[in-house]
Amino acid sequence: MSHRLQFTVKKLIRMALLLLGVSLTAFLLMDASPLDPLQTNVGQAALGAMSPEQVARLEAYWGVNTPAAERYLSWLGGALRGDLGVSLLYRRPVLEVIGQRLSASLGLLIFAWALSGALGLALGILAGASRGRWTDRLIRGGCLLLSSTPAFWLALLLLIVFSVWLRVLPIGLAVPIGAAADSVTLLERLRHALLPAVTLSITGVSGIALHTREKVVDVLDSDYILFARARGEERILRRHVLRNVALPALTLQFASIGEIIGGSVLVEQVFSYPGLGQAAVSAGLGGDMPLLLGITVTTAAIVFGGNLAADLLYGVVDPRIRRGAARG
Amino acid sequence: MSNRRKSTLIWLSLSGVLLCAVVLAGALLGERAITADFTRKNLPPCPAFPFGTDWMGRDMLARTVAGLSLSIRVGALTALASAVLALALGTASAALGGWVDGAVSWTIDLVMGIPHILLIILISIACGRGLWGVTAGVALSHWPALARLVRGEVLQLREAPWLRMSRRLGVPPGRLLWNHLLPHLLPQFLTGLILQFPHAILHEAGVTFLGFGLSPEQPAIGVILSESMGYLAAGRWWLALFPGLALVGVVALFALVGERLRLLLAPASAQE
Repeated sequence: MSHRLQFTVKKLIRMALLLLGVSLTAFLLMDASPLDPLQTNVGQAALGAMSPEQVARLEAYWGVNTPAAERYLSWLGGALRGDLGVSLLYRRPVLEVIGQRLSASLGLLIFAWALSGALGLALGILAGASRGRWTDRLIRGGCLLLSSTPAFWLALLLLIVFSVWLRVLPIGLAVPIGAAADSVTLLERLRHALLPAVTLSITGVSGIALHTREKVVDVLDSDYILFARARGEERILRRHVLRNVALPALTLQFASIGEIIGGSVLVEQVFSYPGLGQAAVSAGLGGDMPLLLGITVTTAAIVFGGNLAADLLYGVVDPRIRRGAARG
Repeated sequence: MSNRRKSTLIWLSLSGVLLCAVVLAGALLGERAITADFTRKNLPPCPAFPFGTDWMGRDMLARTVAGLSLSIRVGALTALASAVLALALGTASAALGGWVDGAVSWTIDLVMGIPHILLIILISIACGRGLWGVTAGVALSHWPALARLVRGEVLQLREAPWLRMSRRLGVPPGRLLWNHLLPHLLPQFLTGLILQFPHAILHEAGVTFLGFGLSPEQPAIGVILSESMGYLAAGRWWLALFPGLALVGVVALFALVGERLRLLLAPASAQE
């Protein structure tokens, strides 16, 4: 067991270093930007009408004249103490904004993650088991088409069909317009989250299905399957294929987290869903560096956490890895 | 299926021809794509304007073709740039080993840890948005997967008998790389390049759609779709349907060709 602990600690240290790298990269990229935050947010006309003192105060607020190294170190110091700074657009602590936005997105993300994973796995196994037949061709063709479809365009299409033509679902936002926050029922919230969640799930399916199919085909071509068939074994799919596909499926599932989050940026924008992705877009367009930096680090932490979880789950799923670790 | 080679070749040349045709047509139709005519605004699809017209009376067919041609050019450029980057970094990582290998592997993990869209947005902001922002963003975020593949390949090749022998015979490293390593990496590289292309186009369109890419005056697919959002509630579905459909068509074609090439070049499935 101490081996597992050592492994986890090693992974955690690597993860911390990577997060540091992510924050530094994001910071340097934003710092290199030629876009002036004052021009973007205040506007040329308003700036011209201001007195020099007002401009100076605004420059101090957006941190225009502080050296980059000093800003990064002070940000890092704050981040280590759990303070990610103050969002310049929302005028609230970044951590608070991220927490609120993430709680709105989390349901969406988890639903899409679980559904696309389950659907992708099922379709992949079905296609792999019927290799060369029409089910396989159909699934492969469909997945190819899906993977070529931009998520935001799919969102637009669903919006046209369900919200404009059929008028069965709302056209955007997370709650009805004008409703007080506490009067919104759970059903209303679900109705608003349905289309974004479905769009996000559909776009995630194809990658997982195609990769799973590949693995299933590999397993079915192996000698042990040939031997099992020769012995006249039944239920080969459940006894041999499923077990051997479990590991790569796990990897795929956890590796898809980043893609789902990336997709949510686009999908939330289409549906004006007030989640983390939409906040990232507003922060980027508005030059809100602390918020964008915070969101980048948060999503990277989620992605790295997913990778770590997959690494740890390998041992749980596969006895060979568990024993190998104990012996080593 | 002994003729998979032939059919792949046909698909490949077909998509090449289509590519050139769209780029050419885009150049020819560039003027029509931005010509406004308020006598014919908001027309649904009809024989004269198969894709309809928008609220400024611009021909959506011309806009779609022009946007597609822009997307293809950006996509080809970024796919090429990121594939070359992947080849260079992957080869360097495996051939030099040591701290270079460590640094490249770490950078791969780093780039893969940030969701693509977010990374492209960040790089695009660093370059001041616009055409070059999104081009740099897509090029710098798509190399890790191919670089990992190339690295694995070179690690295997390094121990190949003919390479060890040439090394012993005193062939200089540069020639070793050029004569013995690169020819073996070429198939991987070309397949990677073609498979990179659909991703590049999709991400360019997505980032432009969000407002970090090409500027609103350019008839890019992302711009067209983003503009259409304001008119969907009014029932003008054609503004979003056809441009998106055209994009999906081009991307799917290249995904198909890339997939066929990959199957052909993989020894396990080449004879299927």
